Amino acid sequence: MMSQLERQLTAGTFTVTAEVAPPKGTNVAAVLDLAESLQGVAAVNVTDNQGANMRLSALALAGLLQKNGVEPVLQVTCRDRNRMALQSDLLGAAAFGIRNLLLLSGDHSRFGDHPDAKPVFDLDSVQLLEMTAELMMGRNMAGKALDGTPQFFPGAAVNPVVEPFELMFQKVRKKVESGARFFQTQAVFDREGLTRFMQEMAPLEVPVLVGVLLIRSAKMAHFLNDHIPGVQVPAPVVARLEAAADPLAEGVAIARDVVAWARESCQGVHLMTLGYEDRIPEILAD
Amino acid sequence: MIISERKPLDELQEAVAPYQNFFLIGCGACATVCKSGGEEEVFQMQEWLIEQGKAVTGSMVIDEACHLLRAGRDLRHHKLAVQEADALIVLACGGGVQSISSQTEQRVIGALNSIFLGNVRRFGQYEERCSLCGECILNETAGICPVTTCAKGLLNGPCGGMEDGHCEVDAELECAWHLIYERLKQQKRPGVFARRVPPKAWSKRRKPGRHKL
Repeated sequence: MMSQLERQLTAGTFTVTAEVAPPKGTNVAAVLDLAESLQGVAAVNVTDNQGANMRLSALALAGLLQKNGVEPVLQVTCRDRNRMALQSDLLGAAAFGIRNLLLLSGDHSRFGDHPDAKPVFDLDSVQLLEMTAELMMGRNMAGKALDGTPQFFPGAAVNPVVEPFELMFQKVRKKVESGARFFQTQAVFDREGLTRFMQEMAPLEVPVLVGVLLIRSAKMAHFLNDHIPGVQVPAPVVARLEAAADPLAEGVAIARDVVAWARESCQGVHLMTLGYEDRIPEILAD
Repeated sequence: MIISERKPLDELQEAVAPYQNFFLIGCGACATVCKSGGEEEVFQMQEWLIEQGKAVTGSMVIDEACHLLRAGRDLRHHKLAVQEADALIVLACGGGVQSISSQTEQRVIGALNSIFLGNVRRFGQYEERCSLCGECILNETAGICPVTTCAKGLLNGPCGGMEDGHCEVDAELECAWHLIYERLKQQKRPGVFARRVPPKAWSKRRKPGRHKL
């Protein structure tokens, strides 16, 4: 059975995903309520110790969401687990009925709240995709047959507006060859960059959900530029936020622009609203 | 060469506190070159100990502290001074410290932290280029090691944190994959980009390592 995400993308419907982060503790009620309240969303990403900050297991939260009837996209990074743990967790995810995966390298531990942790990176994101494809063929990485074969809808991430473009794009090709069935992108603010990326993507025929980040203030934009790997808020966007009387409303307007570009050339959007999920209907409104 | 640096003095102070008499051992190889365990540093350590009210029974700088048997032989040459000491302080890499500790029953205090296998840019400036992983990919990567110089050791290209060819972990550093890409382009060959590199065989880097030729 296909996941809702896979069904929508296969049907060519403009698809929306959002994301939630597990709590830094065991209180899951709030995040479960939040995920359930999201409207017009095909699936909800569950981040995996995002930004290298230790939180409740993404697999556990994704399992709870699945049980509650909210379709998750389980994010899996290579930072905290070696190839054995990754395979175990993917089999566990399948046992919970989780289908959608977003397979990532992961931010370096140096950025998070455990900078002394040993970064694992036993696999990279391409190898993680290949391993997932192996599992889906009923074998583990050691070539041993599985007792029960998982079925997943594996996706990958990309930062579509980055130089050198060709260097970034060779990895996109490898990810597609390794079984990536969809892409969710890093936050995009550059229309021309997005257009170029989508032109290159066209022959690969893999759907792209464009990352839409709701920036609530100019201060947040500066923080993103200085501290978050792979996110660059261009100067004109920062200027818009600085000049705005209501920066959050301006952030919503900026997000709406990106959604409009995505409607022209992409298969959907991935919304990162960071606590302002109530603004999602406004961001998506035509 | 093995790059090492002296441990912080407060840590050393704690380590030497229970003892009064020390025998000092430096290393004539790497630790001399990176000025952490040569004649000069052994002398400085002696001065520091005396300032702390301690005594030094003698000292020596072994040609290569990593040489197990030579370390034992040199200890025997200084038998009396060694025996008079309550503890031996070794200014060498972790390998050197263990050459000594395997050759004596006496208390051995390592005075350095070993940091990495380093290339020398100029004196005092070292770069980590190789991490002795046991499965070298340099011939495909235009002579630039991603296992070591990519902060995540990725094998199939840069991560999403690369910005303008720089590393997400340290914006001062060029992204290893960017360097590999540029140099392969210059050499007009696809190199490592021609294939999906499979997961690394970490079994090639057996720990603890043993090697017989």
